[in-house]
Amino acid sequence: MNAPLFRVVADHALLVEFGETISDAAHAEVLKLDHALKNAPFTGFREAIPAYVNILVDFDPLLTDHDTAETHLRALMLIPDTAQHQSRVHNVAVCYEAPFAQDLAAVAAKTGLTEEAVVNAHLAGSYKVYLYGFAPGYAYLAGTPPALQLPRKPSPVRGVEAGSVIIAGPQCLITTLTMPTGWWVIGRSPIQILTGRPDHPFLFDVGDQIRFQRISLADYETAKGAPI
Amino acid sequence: MTDAIFRVIQAGPLITVQDSGRPNLMRYGVPNSGAMDRQSLAIANAVLGNTAHSPAIEVSVAGLSLECIAGTVTLALVGGGFRIQAGDQSLGSWNRITVHKGDRITIKPGPWGSWTYLAFAGHLEAASWLGSVATHSQSGFGGGKIATGDQITIKGAEAREELVGEIPFPISARARHDLRIVLGPQDRFFSGQVLHSLVTEPFRLTDSYDRMGVRLRGPALKPDGALSIPSEAILRGSIQVSGDGTATVLLSDHQTTGGYPKIATLIEGDIDSFCQLRPRDEVRFSVIAPKTAIAVARSRAKAMGDYFNRLRQRIGN
Repeated sequence: MNAPLFRVVADHALLVEFGETISDAAHAEVLKLDHALKNAPFTGFREAIPAYVNILVDFDPLLTDHDTAETHLRALMLIPDTAQHQSRVHNVAVCYEAPFAQDLAAVAAKTGLTEEAVVNAHLAGSYKVYLYGFAPGYAYLAGTPPALQLPRKPSPVRGVEAGSVIIAGPQCLITTLTMPTGWWVIGRSPIQILTGRPDHPFLFDVGDQIRFQRISLADYETAKGAPI
Repeated sequence: MTDAIFRVIQAGPLITVQDSGRPNLMRYGVPNSGAMDRQSLAIANAVLGNTAHSPAIEVSVAGLSLECIAGTVTLALVGGGFRIQAGDQSLGSWNRITVHKGDRITIKPGPWGSWTYLAFAGHLEAASWLGSVATHSQSGFGGGKIATGDQITIKGAEAREELVGEIPFPISARARHDLRIVLGPQDRFFSGQVLHSLVTEPFRLTDSYDRMGVRLRGPALKPDGALSIPSEAILRGSIQVSGDGTATVLLSDHQTTGGYPKIATLIEGDIDSFCQLRPRDEVRFSVIAPKTAIAVARSRAKAMGDYFNRLRQRIGN
């Protein structure tokens, strides 16, 4: 691992950076520091926001400062990561049928695959939650197979419904709000990432693994109708 | 104690229920939200003896008209230089009044300020999400927008006649045109000339101003090369620069991550005052060292602590 860089942010945060380009190695360091900090926060620590190659550590400037925070974080990084933090595996059901797969035909055309092959390739991907961003519960799941990696549409489409399974480049995402998106809509999941449970309001943690499982329209309707 | 009920006669855009916000959830894509001018909201609650996290209505320059259709309640209007018309009284913000059934109150922008806070002696009923009624504007989660025709209920409304009157105005509540920034975290992507422009040339707020942020007009702050960085955390106060060199200051309902470089970040203590500027107002940035920024935060906290103590003594809390 390269030595991490500590970048000052305003009067209340440090950005700890493990690389400049996306890599599994950099993200593994992010997760390691995130877990270490959760187990051993410093006085004045407010929150940590993990991303692809760095983690932002926010603190109360009345209780600590950049130097003190950096000293604590450096000490945490020296502790060997003995307890392998468990990343959970979530099985996420997806219906790839009309009316939910509005871009499936376009993705097939652009990738030169059949619609069935697009679905199978999507199911075969190995996905991990790299970070949340954009809007509440938007978990960025990198792991879309190279055969399905497409640039975004030239302009966003409005009113894409919550629960849509969308892809762009190596990313995949299950939307939680009805919003515009320029990503390709290939299915719909009945899953509730915003769980509504006060003790565990977000289904995934950063670092969790995701496996998609295909369901029929009838199964989708049943799952949506079923009480959670 | 009974309830006071208001009917919304007229509400413009960007009027929402807010409180001090929803902290520590950015890792799940949830910004803090809460008041644009947090200090004014805190004062509005303090002068009524409410707790700091109590809900209030954030009123934009679009203005708000309410009619009290039941009960009696003392309310405070704090933040910016707004006007409040109540019956035949016309007052500025930084005042407390008592309204009764049948009274109409109208809040309009005055000489300065973009946001003012309407707090009540009692509990403003509003939907809570993740422990806060703060409205997240893109999703509508939380207490939500205030719209014409809505009904607003204040539970346990109290008439606190002894509190009625003016509220002392702390100097830190003014709109601020000279803003202190700490460079980074991506200042390295900008040339010395661009960094020089950032601190020597004026910028203006544009009309692209909402709870997510405000776009600035000024010298182009072009990054060296076509830059996109792996998405990373953004904070309230981040000065984000798009590929064409346009700067945007991110505010209460900002997206939590993004891939544009941030040339600098406003110090936390200047954000409330920055939010009280209006489109076309001029701003200048000055860079301060991180250690100085921490010292500023601490001296400001001390001054505000003294101010709040004096308020509490006055209201006998």
